[in-house]
Amino acid sequence: MLETSLYFIQQLLNGLTIGSTYALIAIGYTMVYGIIGMINFAHGEIYMIGMYISFVAISGLTMLGVEYLPLILFITLLISVFISSTYGWAVERVAYRPVRGGNRLIALISAIGMSIFLQNYVRIAQGSRDIAMPSLIQGGWSMGPLDGFQATLSYMQVVIFIVTFITMTGLTFFIAKSRMGRACRAVSEDMKMAGLLGINTNRIISLTFVIGAALAAVAGLLLGLYYGVTNPYIGFIAGLKAFTAAVLGGIGSIPGAMLGGLVLGVTESMTSAYFSSEYKDVVSFGLLILILLFRPTGLLGKPEVEKI
Amino acid sequence: MKDKFIPALIAGVATLILAFPLLGLNLVSDGLGLGIEGADTQTMIYIVLASLAVFIFQLFKENALNIAKNIPLPRRAYKPDAVVSQAQRDKNEKLFTFIIVAIALVWPFFASRGNVDLATLVLIYVMLGLGLNIVVGLAGLLDLGYVAFYAVGAYSYALLHQYFGLSFWVCLPLAGLMAASFGFVLGFPVLRLRGDYLAIVTLGFGEIIRILLNNWTHLTGGPNGIGSIPKPALFGLEFGRKAKEEGNIAFHEYFNIAYNSSYKVIFLYLLALLLVLFTIFVIRRLMRMPVGRAWEALREDEIACRSLGLNRTIIKLSAFTIGASFAGFAGAFFSAKQGFISPESFTFIESAIILAIVVLGGMGSQLGIILAAIAMTVLPELAREFQEYRMLMFGLMMVLMMIWRPQGLLPMKRRHMELTNA
Repeated sequence: MLETSLYFIQQLLNGLTIGSTYALIAIGYTMVYGIIGMINFAHGEIYMIGMYISFVAISGLTMLGVEYLPLILFITLLISVFISSTYGWAVERVAYRPVRGGNRLIALISAIGMSIFLQNYVRIAQGSRDIAMPSLIQGGWSMGPLDGFQATLSYMQVVIFIVTFITMTGLTFFIAKSRMGRACRAVSEDMKMAGLLGINTNRIISLTFVIGAALAAVAGLLLGLYYGVTNPYIGFIAGLKAFTAAVLGGIGSIPGAMLGGLVLGVTESMTSAYFSSEYKDVVSFGLLILILLFRPTGLLGKPEVEKI
Repeated sequence: MKDKFIPALIAGVATLILAFPLLGLNLVSDGLGLGIEGADTQTMIYIVLASLAVFIFQLFKENALNIAKNIPLPRRAYKPDAVVSQAQRDKNEKLFTFIIVAIALVWPFFASRGNVDLATLVLIYVMLGLGLNIVVGLAGLLDLGYVAFYAVGAYSYALLHQYFGLSFWVCLPLAGLMAASFGFVLGFPVLRLRGDYLAIVTLGFGEIIRILLNNWTHLTGGPNGIGSIPKPALFGLEFGRKAKEEGNIAFHEYFNIAYNSSYKVIFLYLLALLLVLFTIFVIRRLMRMPVGRAWEALREDEIACRSLGLNRTIIKLSAFTIGASFAGFAGAFFSAKQGFISPESFTFIESAIILAIVVLGGMGSQLGIILAAIAMTVLPELAREFQEYRMLMFGLMMVLMMIWRPQGLLPMKRRHMELTNA
């Protein structure tokens, strides 16, 4: 009995860890969707690029002789966020701005093209093999009998929870209180009107891509440290998962993305634990299809009114 | 000039920031750890040159665009003086089609084996492109999981043969039917969704099918795939060295000629050509039928369609199902041609390539799609040393096409009549 409940707790912890990073990526989707009503298809690739850049930065700093771990992580975070944000900005400039205002299909196809381009760009630049990094943060707290199954909360998981929590809180405050955040909300409410009132809508749209990319980079760093392995193809599935999380929570809603990420993460880890790990992707996509069918607005989304 | 300098500088520096950390620094594993090393000088020079190029392009973009505007594009201008009657056009078209088909029929007998094989592959992509064109080009539903139906078709033939010993000719319609019913079952719930949701759901569906094929090992063989799928026979004549099925005779023995392996290749090519011609014919007919017109109307304006009393679910569902059935035919043919299939052949990239064919060719236009399929399949073969950059180019091309010519190279032209004063 104790063992089963410890096992359950372990799965819950793993699920929440993965889920909180899904939530970080999902926010990128939800913000872009909230403002221009389009799916940022290249977002998963930005996450993958963030992971690669973190690896590059960590190895570079280690080679330069920086020993103090928190300093390495902090500088890596800054570098990764900065460069990934530049990617987010460039994606918007190249693949979205020129086709904005046209048919939705056109923007979507151009974004898919961008996604394929980025994935292959990284493949050519860094090779298609898996790149492994030794784990920097080891150890954790264990719970349970010494001779039986022990549930472990690793320090890495704690780091993920704390960083995610700080980032989410920061974002919520930014959106709710700052001038730029207010402009973001105004643009997502009514872009034309916001433009008439003197908000630079182009800049706000760029800003949402940049914020989304920055959060994806944070997720990339965290999951890179957690898994310790990356390859150019991880962005595709991660993007799809994060999109599922965004839809689950209600696309366009930031708290929804957070909730959706956690629900999806837990569902996935429970599926792997009690059913079969091969089918965990099937279960998440199945969940996506079911949600779209029965509650297209998601858990926290507002119903959409079709205007003619 | 001055007000363009700063944005151009930003763009140039941004290119440097984008390119350097990934292209200029390579991750290498040393022992247990991970290190980085700088790329070779050539790559560094390229990075700097690329940044400079972006800077200069941004600086002189306006001038360049002005020049580009003056370059004549392959766009057929509307000339009211040269009105060709629909009857005349039909006649020209018939002649043109006849010549092309004749060339396509005779050509393989004079070509090398490798080329005929490549042409067969092109024909498979033509078929897939035409099928997806119904869904994306005509009905305007973005389907990113089209390869799933292709996989269903391929596995239908492979499995029906393996478990029930059915021949290719029996399986071909069954494969189409299977793919169509998968399209129907998936389409029924999801077609209520808006465009981009539909794209994601179909993408997820494609992945689900692939994962199922990969993991349902005792039925599909999992990642090992299914091998020794027989090639189709021509009325009981087989093209192998020896007839494998009971009651069949080998082709060369029947006609008392020497065995030549290129007969098989040519036969497969002709079969593919036949399937493509059938596809073209059916789709052309469909396009002129009320259902085809309804597809296009729905693509243009859904709300208007609904207010005119068209049932959007039935219309979308018919497009989805019919499109899927062609993928099923193509899949069955593919597995017969390859003799071996595995889930590897049915990844998202395949869907993206088919979509790229439709986009490049011009959504809705059949001739455009045929040309695009040829370009997309033959060009990578010609430029084998650039094989590694193939997908990179695909991606770039999709973005640039959407910016430069979203309607595709050869946009669809509606069948129309013009009034003359006479």
